[in-house]
Amino acid sequence: MFYALLCYHQEDVVCAWTKEEDEAVMRKLAVVQERLAREGRLGPVARLLPTTAATTLRKDQDPPLVLDGPFAETKEQLLGFYLLDCADLEEALGIARELGAANPGGSYEIRPVGLFVDGGARP
Amino acid sequence: MDEARWIGTTLAAARPQALAALLRYFRDLDLAEEAYQEACLRALRTWPQNGPPRDAAAWLVFVGRNVALDSVRRRAKQTELPPDDLISDTGDAEAEIAERLDGADYRDDVLRLLFICCHPDLPATQQIALALRIVSGLSVKQIARAFLVGEAAMEQRITRAKARIGRADVPFESPGAVERAARLGAVAAMIYLVFNEGYSAAGDTSGAREPLCEEAIRLARLLLRLFPAEPEIMGLAALMLLQHARAGTRFDADGAPVLLDQQDRSLWNRPMIAEGLALLDKAMRHRRPGPYQVQAAIAALHARAPTPEETDWAQIDLLYGTLEIMQPSPVVTLNRAVAVAKLRGPEAALAMVEPLGDRLAGYFHYHGLRGALLMQLGRTREARDGFMTAIGLAGTAAEAAHIRSHLDGLRDAP
Repeated sequence: MFYALLCYHQEDVVCAWTKEEDEAVMRKLAVVQERLAREGRLGPVARLLPTTAATTLRKDQDPPLVLDGPFAETKEQLLGFYLLDCADLEEALGIARELGAANPGGSYEIRPVGLFVDGGARP
Repeated sequence: MDEARWIGTTLAAARPQALAALLRYFRDLDLAEEAYQEACLRALRTWPQNGPPRDAAAWLVFVGRNVALDSVRRRAKQTELPPDDLISDTGDAEAEIAERLDGADYRDDVLRLLFICCHPDLPATQQIALALRIVSGLSVKQIARAFLVGEAAMEQRITRAKARIGRADVPFESPGAVERAARLGAVAAMIYLVFNEGYSAAGDTSGAREPLCEEAIRLARLLLRLFPAEPEIMGLAALMLLQHARAGTRFDADGAPVLLDQQDRSLWNRPMIAEGLALLDKAMRHRRPGPYQVQAAIAALHARAPTPEETDWAQIDLLYGTLEIMQPSPVVTLNRAVAVAKLRGPEAALAMVEPLGDRLAGYFHYHGLRGALLMQLGRTREARDGFMTAIGLAGTAAEAAHIRSHLDGLRDAP
């Protein structure tokens, strides 16, 4: 089963990290990611730019409305995601705990993936 | 990250919002700062045991307000303070304040806090120091280090600035649309001052001053979260991100400046460039251009060029032309002349530079560029005179050394 691990955290807190703190977290995460990749369980991983760079298209009206900023004002913001190949929820939770130890604070939403299309484009 | 650091980061992130709300409540900066400090001390004591609150800023506002009121009462009656654990259990009251913080008041609160630092009577350096102290919460020691002055001198500078804004009337009612736009403009200018204080640092001091650039970017993002549809704030954030993306390549190992066309572009910070370009894209959709957007667009053309030779100088020339109309200044024309030199050669550029002589007679870069253009035209003696004047005006040893290398080149010329 494929799971999406959606990473939520308070953006203003993450933006207040010093460069050294940010790098330290990324290094610890890389250790877990490298192992998952070796085990063939790691799909695409993305860290999103700040929500201030986001644009939202409200398509519940015609013509759709373009708005600056993220879709919703929330306490914690979607800052990134992982796609993971796991046998079951327990395994996905295990990985989430491990990543969480490397990057404390905030939440991970673990969401089973219904459809996955690898379009092949790479940044 | 250990617990103490995590709490520290959370407090730093909540500071502008919490302090701004306390300022609205007490209408007195000293009292608000005192209340905030006290609330932070309590956070350090109680968060490790009770866990962090759901909304750190709301917790700090609630506790800070109570503590300050208590101390006022205590001074009056000499009664005991309630124990910490009673204060930290704020329950519903915290939720209620959180609701109010999320409301429209809050963004005007933070804007007001930033705005009081831009009082027009304050010289630029005091505005910057005050913003770093009050809004960012940097210590006097950190600010003194960034300004390369002693701690006592900086303490005095900040005290003076505070006394001055203390006497000024800051209106506390919600600003109207016109007043809000004026405040946004003043705050944007102040944030760019903070950035430039860091960006204009010489190589040997750039390490100490780099945090100023990061702080300015953080303030711009904060402002943008409050006012997400303001194209000039997007432009300001984009401009700073695109410039700061080059930070690692602007000085060589000895601290000498490395010019744009000699920088190692593979070392430019790609995520910062991506964020800057994304913000500029968003800003341009609004079709309300302004000086920050135009300057960001110029920085974006440099960032997009894979090599210096591929730089779109024609577009840069046009953008500087636009900037000259929006914000006429001899320095803008001087920068435009650099693009013109690349496009149409040194003669056309020199014709543009010469009339600026009166106004830029004391400006290092004027004489540096003029000398370089004369050198390209083979007017060696005039070039040498220009370079000599530039050396006399150089602000740092590295700037002087850079000009001296041109002079050495002239000596070798036939």
